[in-house]
Amino acid sequence: MTPLLQLDGVTKRFGGLCAVSDARLSVKTGHAHGIIGPNGAGKTTLFNLITGIYTPDEGAILFEGANIAGLRPNEIATRGIGRTFQNIRLCRDLTVLDNVRLAYDVRLKSSPWSALLNLPSHRAEERRSIDGSFELLKAFGMESFAELQAGGLPYGLQRRLEIARALALNPRLLLLDEPAAGMNSAETLKLMEFLRWVRDHFKVTLVLIEHHMKLVMGLCDHITVLDFGVTIADGTPAEIQSNRRVIDAYLGEEEEDES
Amino acid sequence: MRLLRESAAAINACRWAMPAFCVALMIVAVAHEQCGLFNGYVEFVLITAGINIILCTSLNLVNGYMGEFSVGHAGFMAVGAYAAGLLAVKILPGVTPVWAFPLVVVFGGLIAAAIGFLLALLSFKTRGDYLAIITLAFLMIVKSALENIPFTGGPRGLLGIERLTTLPQTVAWVIVTLWVIRNLVYSKFGRAITAIREDELAAGAMGVRTREAKILAFVVSSFFGGVAGSLFAHQLQFISPATFDIVKSTDILVMVYIGGIASLGGSVLGAVLVTILAQVLQPLGTWRAVVMPLTLVFLMLFRPRGLFGLREFAWFLPGREWLRRRKDKSP
Amino acid sequence: MEYFAQQAINAIQLGSIYALIALGYSLVYGVLSMINFAHGDVFMVGAFACLVLVSFVPLPFFVALLAVMAITALLGALIERAAYRPLRQAPRVSAIITALGCGLVIQNTTLSLSPYPRQMPRLFESVPFEVAGVTMNTLQVLIIGISAVFMLTLDFIIRKTSWGIALRAASCDRGAVVLMGVPVNRVISLTFAVGGALGGAAGVLYSQAYPVIGASMGVIIGWKAFVAAVIGGIGNVRGAVLGGFILGAVEVTTVVMMPSTWRDLIAYSLLLVILIFKPHGLLGKPVQQKV
Repeated sequence: MTPLLQLDGVTKRFGGLCAVSDARLSVKTGHAHGIIGPNGAGKTTLFNLITGIYTPDEGAILFEGANIAGLRPNEIATRGIGRTFQNIRLCRDLTVLDNVRLAYDVRLKSSPWSALLNLPSHRAEERRSIDGSFELLKAFGMESFAELQAGGLPYGLQRRLEIARALALNPRLLLLDEPAAGMNSAETLKLMEFLRWVRDHFKVTLVLIEHHMKLVMGLCDHITVLDFGVTIADGTPAEIQSNRRVIDAYLGEEEEDES
Repeated sequence: MRLLRESAAAINACRWAMPAFCVALMIVAVAHEQCGLFNGYVEFVLITAGINIILCTSLNLVNGYMGEFSVGHAGFMAVGAYAAGLLAVKILPGVTPVWAFPLVVVFGGLIAAAIGFLLALLSFKTRGDYLAIITLAFLMIVKSALENIPFTGGPRGLLGIERLTTLPQTVAWVIVTLWVIRNLVYSKFGRAITAIREDELAAGAMGVRTREAKILAFVVSSFFGGVAGSLFAHQLQFISPATFDIVKSTDILVMVYIGGIASLGGSVLGAVLVTILAQVLQPLGTWRAVVMPLTLVFLMLFRPRGLFGLREFAWFLPGREWLRRRKDKSP
Repeated sequence: MEYFAQQAINAIQLGSIYALIALGYSLVYGVLSMINFAHGDVFMVGAFACLVLVSFVPLPFFVALLAVMAITALLGALIERAAYRPLRQAPRVSAIITALGCGLVIQNTTLSLSPYPRQMPRLFESVPFEVAGVTMNTLQVLIIGISAVFMLTLDFIIRKTSWGIALRAASCDRGAVVLMGVPVNRVISLTFAVGGALGGAAGVLYSQAYPVIGASMGVIIGWKAFVAAVIGGIGNVRGAVLGGFILGAVEVTTVVMMPSTWRDLIAYSLLLVILIFKPHGLLGKPVQQKV
């Protein structure tokens, strides 16, 4: 079976700094794939390369068999890759519903003219947009927040909204950048359940960058480890946990992961 | 964006309030045209207010909703004014019939929109301060070009434009402008434009076609800027490059930032307030040009989003936006 | 050949003045990332302050120059304190608009007080002389000389003194600089004062070379200096000087080859073209945004 996402020899340089060097990644459909490594290892850069914010200097990024390297971010999003950001990037002045509609709108086909003149076909599509986004919020249990300003939500709900927004794209691949950031152990456990539910309910493949080892080891079927832009290990959680190189670079011995 | 009222009766009333109000306005305007309800001065101020509403709302699209800082709006006004003025004076022979005037106005708007399209292309790679500088350069280039091309009358300006702007025509254009921009703002393109203001990068990652949105914003904004210019030219019957300088652009900026950014109601409010203020301050002579920017400075210090910024009068919202607010109250 | 040299000297003279004003824009942009639209009008106030001063008290040239520089330095710092400092945390757009408003207030106040252009009295007896067949006069030498002294002094200060280092540090990361005990507010005020002083000096020098002054000088000359600063790369001190001389050369060439009314058109078109190909100016560096 071809992997859903495959990176082959992807390299990205910023001036003299090589942020990502010869990255190889293979994500199977339906998996939860973890990417771990110390800060500055190039993990978020990898996400930015996959989602089109950066263009790789070398290598290919294959999504469902097609090379998406060099495409613009919105084209990649339309193809079925959604993401969240390390620092939450919601539209703070918009309502919760409007944030979701932003991504939901990829399905709408109205032309600018039908919008400018408020034609019936446009009106129908807009109602679809409202209904569809509202249904999605309901699935997340957030429908009562629909008309609140996104910037006013508590931190945990903002994170959840970001995930809901990304799922509004109806993606096949969801990239999550440190979804457990700022959470304690109890919240992290709930997040793990939540992400399992997301994967099963929406039938998406997950790739997540995380520092909370319990979450990564508990949720992920496969893990890739980066250090200084280089892939130093790739395997199942058990294999990674016993990998000497990974332990030296990142995991440490018997370390309790801090929140 | 919050509602002012939420009961079912209020919602139903509001769906019909705006259309009814527009009809009432047109009736009054036509009545004036036929029976002379207002004297010449009042008519002049009303038409000026209408033109200012069009200018303010169109600039608000780029500066308010999209969060850019364009200082070049007077340039689009100039392009529209000169395009329409030249068409009427130098190209069309004789007297322009009344039914042809809307076409002349549209022509002015289209020429301005073409230039707006170019500016949109420039905005793909530059944003923020540098885009502001580019719009400033654009304004200066337009003014300078108009001063140097003999065909446009040079620095002395263009004379002999017919008095074709009437109150009904102005009211009609105000309604069209507000309606079209309202439609744009409450569509997926409008949400895209607002998302660009909030976070362009994240918007792209969510599938938003940012380039398309920018083109739409600039083209629609400059089109109506040109429309306002055409109406302006045929009201004053004389235009010169000196009219469309940074002072004019600042006046429009004051309207936007007083009334409120990213708000249609705010645009109307700001335009009307500034029009009235300009008339009230007439006795001050050149000191008027001190009071206006001073007002702008105080606004920025104490109320940077304007009186009605980022909020909206209920009457402007389309029906579906009403229904969704009902939705979240149902169990 | 002599004609060419003559024009070259004109270009250097004009370019020096543009460079002095452009430095003010670049210094402020470097430390606050803000376009000080009021700066052009500080230049204009410099010329008018000189006029007012020498109308009351007959001062020798250098005394007048220093007095005006003190006045415009104060004005610059005052504008910063009253209008820009309260907006340090506000969105960028607010600061730009405020700057624009301030500039217009200054310009139109001056316009209301002095609606007609004024004649600036000669403070310096200009003596023509000849070098290698080229006719120059001492005024040109004075302008170019004084400008050069200011520019070199500023370059030295930026690179070697503690204020200069604080300024460059604040340009990079204002937050971190505060944590290191640098009195950022004082550095910023000083920056505006220095920029204002240079603008005022430019005003005095310009009005000696072109003795008719008017309230719209700020927009006409000052904003072209802004164009120069952007062309060179705004925020970059050496870029400001480079941009100033480029603009001076372009303008003098334009006046020689085309009707002089085309001057502004060429200047702003040049700006547009350079920004299209080098969006951050010739010497500017784009800021990498971390995602």
